[in-house]
Amino acid sequence: MDIFAQQLVNGLVLGSVYALVALGYTLVYGILELINFAHGETTMMGAMISLAVIGALFGVAPDLPGIVIVLTGLLVAIPSCMLLGYGIERVAYRPLRHAPRLAPLITAIGLSIVLQNVAMLIWGKQYIAFPTTLLPQGRHEIFGATITDVQIMILVLTVTLMAGLVTMVNRSRLGRAMRATAQAPAVAQLMGVNINAVISATFVIGAGLAAIAGVMVSANYGQAHYHMGFLLGLKAFSAAVLGGIGNLTGAMLGGMLLGIIEALGAGYIGDLTGGFLGSHYQDIFAFMVLILVLTLKPSGLLGSKSVERA
Amino acid sequence: MNVLEALRSKVWLSAGLLLIGLLLLPFLVEAGLGKSWVRILDFALLYIMLALGLNIVVGYAGLLDLGYVAFYAVGAYCWALLASPHFGLNLPFWMILPMGAALAALFGVLLGAPTLRLRGDYLAIVTLGFGEIIRIFMNNLNSPVNITNGPQGITQIEPVSLFGFSLGKTQEVFGLTLSSPHLYYYLFLVCVALVVFVSMRLENSRIGRAWVAIREDEMAAAASGINTRNVKLLAFAMGATFGGLSGGLFASFQGFVSPESFNLMESIMILAMIVLGGMGNIWGVILGAILVTMIPEALRYTGDLQRALFGQVYVDPADLRMLLFGIALVLMMIFRPAGLLPSKQRKRELAEEAP
Amino acid sequence: MKDLLRVEAVSKHFGGIKALTDVSFTVRKGEIFGVIGPNGAGKTTLFNALTGLYQPDSGAIELDGVSLYRRKPHQILKTGFARTFQNIRLFHNMTALENVMVGRHTRTTSGVLAALLHTAHNRKEERDCAAYAMQLLNRVGIGKHAHSLAKNLSYGDQRRLEIARALASEPKLLALDEPAAGMNPNEKNALRELMVSLRSEGLTLMLIEHDVKLVMGICDRLVVLDYGEKIAEGTPETVRHDPKVIAAYLGAEVAA
Repeated sequence: MDIFAQQLVNGLVLGSVYALVALGYTLVYGILELINFAHGETTMMGAMISLAVIGALFGVAPDLPGIVIVLTGLLVAIPSCMLLGYGIERVAYRPLRHAPRLAPLITAIGLSIVLQNVAMLIWGKQYIAFPTTLLPQGRHEIFGATITDVQIMILVLTVTLMAGLVTMVNRSRLGRAMRATAQAPAVAQLMGVNINAVISATFVIGAGLAAIAGVMVSANYGQAHYHMGFLLGLKAFSAAVLGGIGNLTGAMLGGMLLGIIEALGAGYIGDLTGGFLGSHYQDIFAFMVLILVLTLKPSGLLGSKSVERA
Repeated sequence: MNVLEALRSKVWLSAGLLLIGLLLLPFLVEAGLGKSWVRILDFALLYIMLALGLNIVVGYAGLLDLGYVAFYAVGAYCWALLASPHFGLNLPFWMILPMGAALAALFGVLLGAPTLRLRGDYLAIVTLGFGEIIRIFMNNLNSPVNITNGPQGITQIEPVSLFGFSLGKTQEVFGLTLSSPHLYYYLFLVCVALVVFVSMRLENSRIGRAWVAIREDEMAAAASGINTRNVKLLAFAMGATFGGLSGGLFASFQGFVSPESFNLMESIMILAMIVLGGMGNIWGVILGAILVTMIPEALRYTGDLQRALFGQVYVDPADLRMLLFGIALVLMMIFRPAGLLPSKQRKRELAEEAP
Repeated sequence: MKDLLRVEAVSKHFGGIKALTDVSFTVRKGEIFGVIGPNGAGKTTLFNALTGLYQPDSGAIELDGVSLYRRKPHQILKTGFARTFQNIRLFHNMTALENVMVGRHTRTTSGVLAALLHTAHNRKEERDCAAYAMQLLNRVGIGKHAHSLAKNLSYGDQRRLEIARALASEPKLLALDEPAAGMNPNEKNALRELMVSLRSEGLTLMLIEHDVKLVMGICDRLVVLDYGEKIAEGTPETVRHDPKVIAAYLGAEVAA
């Protein structure tokens, strides 16, 4: 088996998840210039809710086709998370829209803690297994790497969602209102755009994508956990920054790149450091990328908006 | 006796009463609430030091640091490595404590330097990243060379000891029998007094004004002649020094350190102390630190309450505490953003509308 | 009169937009020097480039023989070039007195150790600094608000406070960015008197101003910018009759 090709495949799959979550950060940042710290927890909630539904349905009707059960879980998780995203904006951000920047950041941290602990109280502290047997189990060989059916599904779904989102933002009425609000909220308002509705819609879309990402990541790793949102969110945020926060294409590119950097980094870090550092250092790559980008090129790869204070 | 003298003697009288109260506190607490509460009292003092340190960075200079616990860790590991069987070293505390504080200050500057250009929320995320990186290293630096002993942590750390008088065991002082938590209480009390003194002096100084100026408007501060880079680094270094100091004391008091003690939640708790108490106000921060340390302990009694009411414990009180803190953070920001004890004159950054 | 500030061929662009192109002029010691031009002519950009908030792309800037080119704002202030901002930038949650004391940062030296030990030097310095700041507040006429928070001052008083803060650094050259904006006629008169009295004490002033009457009445010389380029320089009288200036924006208002 070719390690490079295999890590590349793993990286792309991981990157898809990061990219979908990163889109949520970037959409919100593009409009409100605010880091939605609780976004990682939305992803976690998506995974947990879908797993709860899948588990319950599987218990009641084990004869249903696996894919139907998983899809039902997904279809419950998406609106639940959308509602959550809407609620987060209403509770933690809207009352503080004109407050100094530290204030919404602190409410967001508070809300993340609340969501994590609510999840822990509902689903407990242990890992919850994803019944992987529900999904196709095929394995394929390409360029010396193994790719599973689940991984193919993740990649296809991600690409479809991205294409859909880009079309929506560029073509639809809502997309136009979003872009107008991002450019000049006051002007958009004068032109009859309902700013509050646009902002809510942005949170809702981001949360929907996060829910899907949450299901993907738990399907890929076969488990979910109340604490999974924190690191995932942080990495996805790093991906958004890498691509250029506020820029949709940037978030997708950044997510994919970060996934690949992490997978290759974890595969080769031992060789690179002469065995001093091992693959358990995988988690530091995202932070390194984040810190390097923010200090060297804060606008990211594709970003145009300056991150620095003018 | 004129009015001024009368006033002065009144101040001395209340200061004296406060001092006596603080000296007697551990005995009162032990008699009233039990032995374990003396330890909790010690931790409250440790957290006051930490919170006042973070207050310099966040409260004065307005730099939101979410990786503050890293400096606590540096101080703690410095002590643990230099005074435990792990490397077979046992240096005296008057050597390690300054070393830990200095090392933490160095880390403060090293981690602060790359973040100087970043704005509030980005700074928060990057410092959070630094904190996590340091924790990942502590967790994994046990191979190929065993430096930190990985997730198991370091045990059998030496207590503070001066001229053979160890604070780690029960001692007879002036005919009183004092247990280790009692002894540490007095040491920590002295340290807290020192940290409060330093904070107060800095607050009303040229440097303190420069910090606040940067928080209020960085560009205007630069145009007023403040070297914002150096002054920000100084804030990071001062804050980190307090963190390193508390870390060293923590290691000696606890006798054991592991990476688990230095996770992100710890940073957030320290931030919560400042936010709840009143950012930038020394007394507010102290109140915040006491509340945040004490409330979870008090919440333990909800376990008994649940058992009394329902016959079993539905929600582990330890789990409940984080939930309550999360809710408290959100509610405070929305309804009382300047904290319980806001600085009298200045409502500070969080109270006002954005410019 | 001797030259104090020499600006030579300073350029600055943002992306593809040229904000300043080869701007040159000199400011002489002891004069009030005006910078005028239509909106977007690059006046504030010029101030920002001179005081180090923007890095100019090319050119030379010298104050009293010391190069300011690409120096940091705090270094430029220390050389003796202080400024105020168009959109008032005070330290809102500090008192008026503290604002001015911050302005004295470069004229004081106490560090952390001195503050902790309360050395004799530190105590004297703090006392002198507060006294000096108080004197300046009285000078600009807001001494009675010394202990009010900057954000609670009236608009006109905030402008004055900003001037006091800038003066605290004992500058050779004080640059005021639209100090009269939003002021009523009484406040404008007081401002004019303040500027004239500062000049009589030997301070050199630079002034960006939209109020043409004020500028023409008070300035010894002017430079006129349009689209980031200098189109005229000279006394108000010569500038007033310069056809380029009239064409650019002054128009009938001034010629009349």
